[in-house]
Amino acid sequence: MQSSIRYAEIRTSSPGYWGILIALFAVALLGVAGAHHMDVEGHHVSGMSNQIVWGLPHVFAIFLIVAASGALNIASLASVFARQDYKPLARFSAILSVALLVGGLAILLLDLGRPERLIVAMTQYNFKSIFAWNIILYTGFVVIVVAYLWLMMERRMQRWSKPAGLVAFLWRLVLTTGTGSIFGFLVAREAFDSALLAPLFIIMSFAFGLAIFILLLMLSFWLDQRELDGSHLQRLRKLLGIFIAAVLYFVVVFHLTKLYGTQNHGFERFILMDGGIYTTLFWLVQIGLGSLLPLALIYAPPLQDSAKSLVAACLLVIVGAFAQLYIIIIGGQAYPLNIFPGYIVASSFFDGVVAEYTPSLWEFLLGFGGLTAALLIAMLVLRVLPIMPEALRAESG
Amino acid sequence: MATNPGKLLQSSRRDFLKGTAAVATILIAPGIFLYKTGQAAAGLEREARWGMLIDTNALSEADVDACVSACQREHGWQTAEGSRTDAQWVRKLRLEEPETGHQKFLPMMCQHCESPPCVDVCPTGASFKRADGIVLVDRHTCIGCRYCMMACPYKARSFIHENLKDQLPVAPRGKGTVESCTMCVHRVDRDGADAVPACAEAVNRNDSKAILFGNLNDPQSEISRRLRELGGTRLRADMGLNPGVRYQGL
Repeated sequence: MQSSIRYAEIRTSSPGYWGILIALFAVALLGVAGAHHMDVEGHHVSGMSNQIVWGLPHVFAIFLIVAASGALNIASLASVFARQDYKPLARFSAILSVALLVGGLAILLLDLGRPERLIVAMTQYNFKSIFAWNIILYTGFVVIVVAYLWLMMERRMQRWSKPAGLVAFLWRLVLTTGTGSIFGFLVAREAFDSALLAPLFIIMSFAFGLAIFILLLMLSFWLDQRELDGSHLQRLRKLLGIFIAAVLYFVVVFHLTKLYGTQNHGFERFILMDGGIYTTLFWLVQIGLGSLLPLALIYAPPLQDSAKSLVAACLLVIVGAFAQLYIIIIGGQAYPLNIFPGYIVASSFFDGVVAEYTPSLWEFLLGFGGLTAALLIAMLVLRVLPIMPEALRAESG
Repeated sequence: MATNPGKLLQSSRRDFLKGTAAVATILIAPGIFLYKTGQAAAGLEREARWGMLIDTNALSEADVDACVSACQREHGWQTAEGSRTDAQWVRKLRLEEPETGHQKFLPMMCQHCESPPCVDVCPTGASFKRADGIVLVDRHTCIGCRYCMMACPYKARSFIHENLKDQLPVAPRGKGTVESCTMCVHRVDRDGADAVPACAEAVNRNDSKAILFGNLNDPQSEISRRLRELGGTRLRADMGLNPGVRYQGL
């Protein structure tokens, strides 16, 4: 069956297609401009401060990096778990994961206080730092997945694509564990300091990566007017539903565990009850719009065959993802450190108070710039390489 | 005369190897020497562990303000009122007991941990601890990722958010890197056990020694004796970081 799959470059020259590419390029360029402005002026033009040291760019970057590893799932299902029905989309899965990772890394790099010292980061490693490990994990991921893609595409090498797929799959699990551990290893802050963050990030990656994957798959098939049978979308739709529910489960366990310990009641109260923007984002956006509504759109019987409801569910999962990461990254820093338990603390350095944060235009530009750069890379590769199957027809068996 | 080409080749290879070894020695030896002197400088007194003991009962609010001002003058940093981005190497903390309303003031700075989380998380090794226990940032290898600020339990570090000018020779500072209290390392390297950090100098009048600097590893030092007699509190002792800065009166 798989030998009959024919892949082809995207050939369309419709104005819509070029319009999308130009728009992506323009926003990516604006992102570079935003980063340049922050680099020249210093981070005081951003909303970040000595209290909120990681801001909106990091939300975008972590989203992209987490989604990147999740986008590889479809390829893993085909290569590692021998699900032949996913095989036609394995190439796209690999390309998308590399593109998303590159976009995320670009944001992280451009947000550094000294981005020109990339060479230092690439040559001097402190191996006790999970950040240093991540530099190796991220670059290694790109190399492994590109090699895996080549093995899949080169007919003579195809028998090697299975072991390469296994290596890529294991690597991505370690990679997302590393990303979750950036926060999980922060023992000094109540918001983080949890081994659960690593598996939570892995399951988040499944949902976020698949949501982007489905959207771009539908978009590129639609732009190039290729046949995409509903049965293929149906399979992805069910998978997405399971992943959303799994994320929800981990979120519930995370908060229940924190709630059990009295010392964490202050932080849980902050996120769940009186944290202002963070509480609103949690209940309304992450749980309501980002989890429950997409589940309804996916499973409600009258909507089950609707492609529109699937698109809406994917978009909502992405919106919910940003809310979730905003709460984890920025909410976790906004809640004050508890250096003197039992005292009311005050200082000119904002001890004992919830830190304020309003993201600046430059951070939005950098964040969206990285996101659009990732999408642009994926779209351009689809144009020059035979990544997408010419058609995904109804399964004949 | 027939020459033996094999022998010629052999001897020239031997010469080449010899030459290479000589050149390598000339090139590497100064490096090793510099490395060694560098290590010696970083560990001035290898057996010392410098620390500070802060007696909060002996410090008024004005004293703590004086600490902050002295540090600003010594290292050339300023903080505009209400600024969220200006650096604060040391800050005045007001602690209030909720039941009684009792207040006390103390200076809060890098605690120079024995197991510093900032050093653990730094990807490039720019955050480092000297052999004598002083925790510093190498401003040449700091890439400005701010992970150390996320990891510090004491909120002791600042990121430089804008261009600086008129920096002082003792405190090389620059936009895009992270910095914190150095325990006046330039004074420590100059005066050793007799050093008095700027904050201590500002408040120690008439031998009061509200802030006492000294060698925690020397049982005969004044700081060790006072800690033995009166005890001292490690902030966030639950984390097991063993800070070099201790407090009395908490």
